[in-house]
Parts: sequence; C-alpha cells; structure tokens
Amino acid sequence: MKRTDTSNPDYFHQVVDCQWGCPAHTDVPEYIRLIAQGRFDDAYMVNRESNVFPGILGRVCDRPCEPACRRGRMDEKPVAICRLKRVAADHRGDITDRLPRAPKEKNGKKVALVGGGPASLTVANDLLPLGYECVIFEAQAVAGGLMRYNIPAFRLPHEVLNEEIDYILDMGAEIHYNHRVESMKALLDEGYDAVFVGSGAPRGKELRLPGRYDTENIHIGIDWLESVAFDHIDAVGKKVLIIGVGNTAMDCCRTSLRLGAENVKVMARKPREFFKASVWELEDAEEENVEIVVNHSPKEFVVENGKLKGMSFELMEYTIENGRIQDQDVTGEVFIACDDVILAIGQENSFPWIERDLGIEFNPWEEPMVDEVTYESTRGGVFFGGDSAFGPKNIIWAVEHAHQAAISIHRHCQGESLQDRLPDLLNLQSRKMGMHEWSYSSTFDPAARRKMMHVPLEQRFEALGKEVELGFDAEQTAKEVERCLNCDIQTVFSDSLCIECDACLDICPTQCLTITSNGDKEDLVTRLKAPVLEHEQPLFVSGELKQTSRVMVKDENFCIHCGLCAERCPTAAWDMQKSLLTFPKAADYVSGPDSGERPCQQRKAG
Amino acid sequence: MTFARPKINLPGQKVNEIGLALRDYEGSLSTLCAGCGHDSITAALVQALWEMSIRPEQLIKMSGIGCSSKTPAYFVHGAHGFNSVHGRMPSVATGALAGNRDLVGIGVSGDGDSLSIGFGQFGHVIRRNVNMLYLIENNGVYGLTKGQFSASADAGSTSKKGEVNQMQNINAVATAISMGASFVGRSFSGDREQLVPLIKAAIAHPGCAVLDVVSPCVTFNDHEGSTKSYAYTRDHKLRAVEADLISPRAEIKASYYAGDTHPVRLHDGSTILLRKVDPDYDPTRRNNALGYLERHRSRGEIVTGLLYIDQNVTDMHSQSRTTAMPLKAMDYERLNPGSEALRELQKGMK
Repeated sequence: MKRTDTSNPDYFHQVVDCQWGCPAHTDVPEYIRLIAQGRFDDAYMVNRESNVFPGILGRVCDRPCEPACRRGRMDEKPVAICRLKRVAADHRGDITDRLPRAPKEKNGKKVALVGGGPASLTVANDLLPLGYECVIFEAQAVAGGLMRYNIPAFRLPHEVLNEEIDYILDMGAEIHYNHRVESMKALLDEGYDAVFVGSGAPRGKELRLPGRYDTENIHIGIDWLESVAFDHIDAVGKKVLIIGVGNTAMDCCRTSLRLGAENVKVMARKPREFFKASVWELEDAEEENVEIVVNHSPKEFVVENGKLKGMSFELMEYTIENGRIQDQDVTGEVFIACDDVILAIGQENSFPWIERDLGIEFNPWEEPMVDEVTYESTRGGVFFGGDSAFGPKNIIWAVEHAHQAAISIHRHCQGESLQDRLPDLLNLQSRKMGMHEWSYSSTFDPAARRKMMHVPLEQRFEALGKEVELGFDAEQTAKEVERCLNCDIQTVFSDSLCIECDACLDICPTQCLTITSNGDKEDLVTRLKAPVLEHEQPLFVSGELKQTSRVMVKDENFCIHCGLCAERCPTAAWDMQKSLLTFPKAADYVSGPDSGERPCQQRKAG
Repeated sequence: MTFARPKINLPGQKVNEIGLALRDYEGSLSTLCAGCGHDSITAALVQALWEMSIRPEQLIKMSGIGCSSKTPAYFVHGAHGFNSVHGRMPSVATGALAGNRDLVGIGVSGDGDSLSIGFGQFGHVIRRNVNMLYLIENNGVYGLTKGQFSASADAGSTSKKGEVNQMQNINAVATAISMGASFVGRSFSGDREQLVPLIKAAIAHPGCAVLDVVSPCVTFNDHEGSTKSYAYTRDHKLRAVEADLISPRAEIKASYYAGDTHPVRLHDGSTILLRKVDPDYDPTRRNNALGYLERHRSRGEIVTGLLYIDQNVTDMHSQSRTTAMPLKAMDYERLNPGSEALRELQKGMK
C-alpha cells in the first residue's frame, strides 16, 4: 500500500469519528475536555462556532455523532455527547460579549431569508458580522420554525429556544413576523442581492384511505403539533392512535398524553428494526407507557354518523433476510377503537409560492434543483438550505447547509466564483508535557455510560411545557467526560525516527499496531496482529522503515488514544498530537488589507 | 504521573486451546527503559506460551539480578516465580525442577548474570542438562550500572562515550555447545518471526535449551560503534537454520518439507522442523556448528537460528535415575522414610 497521506485533513478528521459524523463538524472531544476542566463558556463557544445552537441541540439533536462514537465499537455504549453539550449550555455564564457583532457600517448588500427557522437564522448569524443586512420573513408570530412548533416544549423549553434565537436577532437581523411570503416573483422584484429559502418541509404526508375526510378527528402530525404549540388545540380524546413511527410520531404520542389522552398507541406497519425514530425517543415514549404496535398496516378509518369509531388494520407478516424485507403477507384484519388519529408518516417540501417561470427548476417530485456544494438553485442568487433544500433531515444538517449557503451568498454578492471554496485546515500540536505526562487525560476509564435522570412520571404530565430530562448532575458529568477517548489526540508517526524495537506493538492494549512487509491491502490485512473488523475505518501505512524496509501499519478502528505507544517509544517516533481541524465559514472569505490569520485559524486548542 | 495498561475486552479476540487470550499471559507493566529489547523478548515469550497453551500454574519463572532478571515479572502473572541471587538462578532452577519435574521451567538471565558472576553456574546447569529454557538477554553492557562493557561485548566495539573494548568476549553459544549443551539457539529481540518458534522449540526440548538473544540496550548500547545495537544486529545477522515446533496433534503438511528441511522428533510426540537456510550448516554436528560459528564470527556476522540440537543427551532426572513422580506429589512417609530406614540402608553399605 502507498504511504498514507496524513497531511490531507480528511485523514485525521476521519479518526475523530464524532466530528466526522457531525454534519457541522463540531469539535466534540475538545469541548468535552473543556467541560471536564469546568470551562463551560469555552465549551459553549467551541460548540457555537460550528453548530450555532448548543443549548437547543444539546436537547434535541439527532446525534449522528453518537452512533459513530469509537466507544460504541468496543462493546460499550457511546459517550453521551449530546447530554454533555447540554451541560456546557446549561452551566455557561454570560457569553454575550464573545458573540459575533455586526459592524455599524454596512456593506450595502441586502439578503432576504424566507422562514425564521434554524437554516435562515444560521445564515443571518454568519452574514450579519460581515455587514450584510439580513431580512427574515417569518409566517408565525415568533421565530424558530420547526424547533418551536414541531418539537414540544417538554423536550425543548421556550427559554432555551428564545435565548439562542435572540443572540442572532439581537445582532441586528430585521425580522418580519406574521409575514408569509406568497410570491417568490414579488420577493425577487424587491431587489435583494440574494434570496435564501429556509422554509423547511412544512407539509405532512396524507393517508388517503376510506373515511379520511368524513370526520374532524384525523389530524396531520406536524400541523397538530403546531396547533398545540400555539395553543389552538388543548385537548385530545381518551384513546389516540398515532400512525407512523418516526420522531414526529414520538412527539405526537407524548404530547397526546399531556393533553388528556389515557391510551395512546403508535401503529407501525413494519417490525421494530425498521423504525425511523431514534432509539432514545422510542425509549422515552415507552417509559411513558405508550404502546408501540408492530405489523399493523392501516386499512380504513371507521366512521359512523360523522364520528370516528376507530381504525381497521391488516395484520402483516414479513419474510426478512439480511435486514431486508423480501416478502410480505396479510394474515388477518383487526379493528382498534379510538377517538383521534394523528398521522405522522413523513413530511415533504411544498413550494406553491414559487412561480415556475422564474428559472428556479424543480425535479419531478417538486423538489428544487439545488447544488450540493453551493446550495444555489438553478437561478443565480437564489439559495436553498435546511429541509427545503433536499427534503426533511434535521436541525444540525440545516445549520451546516446554512453555513455553506452563507459562504455562497457572500461570494455571490462580491461577484466571485461560488465553486472556489477554501480548503479545510489541519493543525497538529504535541501533547507531551514530560516524562509520562501528557496534557490530556490519557488513561482509559472503564465506566459505563451515565443515565439521564427524568422527572418522575407522576409529575411529568402536570404542564405541557415541563421539561422531562433533568440534565446531568456534577457527578454524572465528571464520569461521562472521562469516557471520551480523546480521538482528536492523534497518534502521529515519523518513520525516519523508528528503530523497530517493537515497544509500541507490545504495549498497545488493543493490538492495533503491526510492523510488517508491505503489500496490497488484501495481503497486508492478513498479517496484522488483530483482525480488521471495520473495513470502513482507515488503515495507516507508514513509509519504509530505515532498518528493514518494512512498514508500520495501524488499524485506526480500535485505537483508544491512550498514548502508550508514544509513552513507550524511545525515539519519539510516535507522538500524541491534537488535531485542530478548522472548517472555513463565510467570515474566512473576507479579505482585507490587514487580514493575516483567517478567523477560523484564530481558535486555539484548549 | 504513572501510567497503566488498560484491560479492554475487544470483540474478535482469539483464545488458545485452553480458552485463554493472549492478555492472560501478560504480567505487570514493564519498568525497563522504553524501547528495551528485553520487553520485546517478553512479548515473544507471551506469544509462544500462549500459542503452546501452557497452563500458567504449570510454569515456573526464575531469574538472578540485572535488567534481564526483572523480566519474569512481566509475563504470565499466574505462574510461579523466583527472583534469586546474582548469577545463582541455575541453582534455584535445578532445585525447583528436581523437586517437581512436571513444571515448565524458564530461567531468564543476562550477559552479566550468566557470563560474569554466574559463569560457573551456567556451565553446570548445561552439564546436568536440567530440563528448562535458559534464556540470556544479551546486550553487551551493564545497563543497571550505567553502561560498562560486559563479558559479551565484542573486542573493538565502543561504549556510548567512545571508549574501545580491549578484552575478548565470551561467546555464549560457542561456550554452551562446547560444554555439551543439548540445545543451543541464538536470535534477536527485533526478529519476532524467528524468536517465537525458537522459544517454542526450546520449551518443548527435553533438556537444557540455551537461547542467547541479542537484545539492544536503547539507553547505553544503541549507538554507532556498538555491535549489539538494533541497526548493527539487523545489518550483520545471518539466518543459518530455522526451527518450527509442530505439536503432536497438528497435522504435518507437505509444504513444511519444502527445501532443505528435516524433522527432529521429540519424546513427547511433537516435532521440531529444521529448515536450513544455509545448506553448509549442520546443527546436529558439534564440530561443524562450532567451525561455522567461528568462520562467520571472524567476518563480523551474527549467526542466528537453532544452532545445535542433540536429542540423545540424558537429562538430570535420567542421569540421577529419579522417580517419575514429582517429589511434591509424594506422600511424606515415602519421601522421608525415617531414621530406621536410613539405618537399614547404611547397614548394607558397611
């Protein structure tokens, strides 16, 4: 195999599984270390730089980082990354003086942002400090979008939401509430330098079955949640059926319980392994005694004299091979009585307000054609981000889309190429302090994942907005931070220094190092000390070693970053170095006469 | 700050025939210098013992004094051990194995412990052919006392400060062969592929198996001018004859016999397969071996591999016609028949 090119930032980035898995590339191990040191403000700011809404995401993020976490590959549960993010947010002091500020003097460019959700807010967050005027059009009387009216307050309290949204609005964004944009043409005619569409995927999918329109008691999940959020609905029947098992379904069933429902069933068409909801959301719903019923396919709504009696379902049986459904059979039919039905079977984009003769092209599924790098539509100067770009994803994706779109908007307004993007940056810095001393907690802590404490069931349903999760206490936080393996403290190898004494190979507690003769990948993996289990994980191959022309091979999969290889190396051929990865944002594209270091380079690792 | 090696249960970990993982054959964390050849040898011992599925309680580890003699603490923490007086490991080993012939004995010594203070003991354990692995971790230097030349340092090699060694060296393998050892090998700590099979063959051999392993001292003897450094040993190492141990249960594949190979069958049914790398070399003839060693020594080459083997030398227990039952398993009355029995015995000698 060829010598691994570790100067490509992607190599070490991929080793930091959580950061690689996070769409916005949050520097997770760095902020976990800052929390360990009690530096909550710093931890919050590290978060905010990439994900903008740490307090919000610390409660309701989809957490792609956690399934990616290295700890999870070692027969254990991943680090509770999301919970720790909340610790940083909950315990921070006043950080307002560290927030970006908009200059008094504007640059004369005006950007319209459609929708006041996470995507538009992030664009404003990135562009306001550069002197742009950002005008947000929000259909509701408050900002937040999906974060406010699709996520119930018992998961995300309004104070948390308001505080982080206000950080951005207070920078000087102009926001028009109760202003639904009805015509893209009219908006374009107003002469904005750029338009960003961050209006989400606001249409809940329909279930067109007999009886659907014969009663008032069948609701569309996201619309129903929105009505609850704005107090238009404050009650629901005793028996409620939720159709679908995504995260919206989980929010609907738990909200129903808080509006007076006594018996809530979530009806799934398929077996549990095909559920779309996050595992923890399913657990939280089941903790509240929601029954999740599998293998029931909706057949019809049973309505008598305009009153919903219940629903009938077909009982399904599936033949599953290798995690895929090969065949299905209907084995019977069942009637389940209910007072209300809530449909939570997905969302889709909807753009009735964009005229089709403006040069903004749509695909056959009515989704806009959006460039995956620049987020520009087929009409120059019109950008899409968040759920409105590629359909429903989640908040953290919306934030990343918006960071990229903000760069494009800036380039567009300056008349520069959108495709020319700055490269990601990598900085490595040794963590050696002296004999047996490293400036990070290198020892492996075998502690198990801490469990989030919840408000007791008997108190939970008192008020709709009572937050269920209590957050980690000091003791839980202290334990959990030590579970992080510090994957960003990289093992950096210098082949010219190695004397092939094998000390690192022998000390490695996971046998992830091997010195062997080189060969192609298939051949090389047969000679490694431990079997390669995850072929997705990178393999490090050094250059030829001086004495025997063999190569050092490291399977990154099981490295626990304990630093023992470097500890035992007599020539410091191995060193533990912090990889500080930086991902340019719009501010990094500003070039002025006195711009030396770009803003993204100014953050130093703690 | 101290550091510890964490124990981690990884998926896909292999176990041997008696259900133990490699990690079960490890000992305490080494306190030797980082990069010490001795640690590499420890790892080779761990590997070999694991592959042979030796029960930890079946093993006794013995040593004298020196960097090398710390080694027994670093492998198989479930085994018996005895850290004895400087140069006196052979006496302790002889006693232990006389008392319990069922033990697998490993003595770890160094060039100072075996070729200086313990030179006399070294000769006699070979002569008695005590059934054990006698492993010399040979670095040519007194590491614990800051790097003076040891008895195995080559004449003309230089110390770390540049001083030239004037004295002739004691060659451990040539000495052992000329003293009538039944199994003599030499290897290098940095060549695990050669060392592990050699250790296995030495443990299986029913007699005193001497293994001289060049083990660079990273702190005092890994410089230019040293003849025991990593770089020098790699440059001047010559593989003469390789050994593989085939257990009695294993099927002997035809591919093992490719090239110049011949089997040596051991009493326990296992086989040591000798593969001659140099056709000129015959490890079963003493004068051929000694001549070959001397020819290559004069060229500055370090001959490695299984250098001499003789299955027909009787071991200590056969020489002394001792009982087949380990003494520790014997009843007290049988082991110590009393003064009356002694008087009866003496009567017959008058």
